[in-house]
Amino acid sequence: MILRILEEGQYEVPDEVVDALNPLDEDLVAAIEAGDQARFQRSLAALLERVRESGSRVADDYLGPSDLVLPPTDASLEEVAEMLSEEGLIPG
Amino acid sequence: MSLMRRLSMVFKSKASRALDQAEDPRETLDYSYERQLELLQQMRRGVTDVATSRKRVELQAEQLQANATKLEGQARQALEQGREDLAREALARRAAISTQAVELKAQHDQLKGEESKLVDASRRLEAKIQAFRIRKETIKANYSAAEAQTKVGEALSGISEEMGDVGMAMQRAEDKVASLQARSGAVDELMASGALDDMSSESDPLQAELDRISTGSGVDRELERLRGELGSSQAKSLDSGGKSGEEQK
Repeated sequence: MILRILEEGQYEVPDEVVDALNPLDEDLVAAIEAGDQARFQRSLAALLERVRESGSRVADDYLGPSDLVLPPTDASLEEVAEMLSEEGLIPG
Repeated sequence: MSLMRRLSMVFKSKASRALDQAEDPRETLDYSYERQLELLQQMRRGVTDVATSRKRVELQAEQLQANATKLEGQARQALEQGREDLAREALARRAAISTQAVELKAQHDQLKGEESKLVDASRRLEAKIQAFRIRKETIKANYSAAEAQTKVGEALSGISEEMGDVGMAMQRAEDKVASLQARSGAVDELMASGALDDMSSESDPLQAELDRISTGSGVDRELERLRGELGSSQAKSLDSGGKSGEEQK
C-alpha cells in the first residue's frame, strides 16, 4: 500500500505492516477525541516511525495517489482535528 | 474510523471536485498543469522567504556574539581599573546577550528545518509536474474526450494529493516563519534600545537597570571567575601599592 506522510512524501508499505499499524491508528483517534496531547504525540511518533522503518520511499515522479494519509511529524492535535473537519485547507 | 483513512478521504474529495470542472476532461489537464506551475513558483518564493529570515537571524547572532566578546573584554578592563561596578554592568549585559543568543539559535534551527522541508517538497513537486506533463501530452494525443475521463482522473489524483500536501506545508511554514519573525523583530528592538550593546556607545539609558534585574546571581559567579583569571598578576601590583599605571615614581 502507498502511504503518505504529509510534508514528507509517499512510502510503499507492505500490507501486513499496514494491518499492524491499526492499533496505533485507533489510539491516535482516541487521543484526538479525548484531547490528550501527550498520548497523541506518542502515538503519532510511533506510527510515523513504523512507516519510515518498514516502508520504502516512492520515487518523486510517481503520479499515483496514496491509499492512506498520515499527519505531518510535527502536527499538533488541534491541527489534525482541524484537517479532519475543514476541507478548505487544500487547494484543488 | 481510522484517522489515516479519513485524512486520505479529505484529500480525495478535493481531487475529484477539481475533476468536475471542465466539459472536456482533457482541458482539466491543462488547467491543472497551470496550477501546478503556479504552485511551484509560490513554493520557490516560499523557500527564498524562509532563507531570508534565516540569514537575518544569522546576522543578529553574529552581532550579539561580537558584543558579548567585547563586553567580556570591557569587564576585564573595568576590573583591572578597580571599577567593579562597571565590570558588573558589563557582565550583566553579557548575560542578557547569552539569553538572546540561545533563543536565536533555536530560531535558526527551526528556520533551517523549515527551509530544507520546503526545498525537499519543491523537489518532489517538480518531479511530479514533469511526469504529469508527459502523461498529459500522451493522453491528449491518444484519447478522445469521451475516452479520456478515466485516464485524466488517474493522472490527476496523485498530483492533486501532492498539491494539497504542498499547499498545506507552505501554509504551515508561513505561519511558523511569521511567528519566528515576530520574535526576531523583538530582538531587533532590544538591540536598537541598547540593551544588548557593548558599553562603547555614549547613549546608555535605563537598560543597565533592567539587565541587572534579569540576570541575578550569574553575575557574581562570572565576577569570581574573572577575578580568578586576573588573580595573581593584579594581586602583585596591588601589594606594591597601586595599579600598574601609577607605580612608584
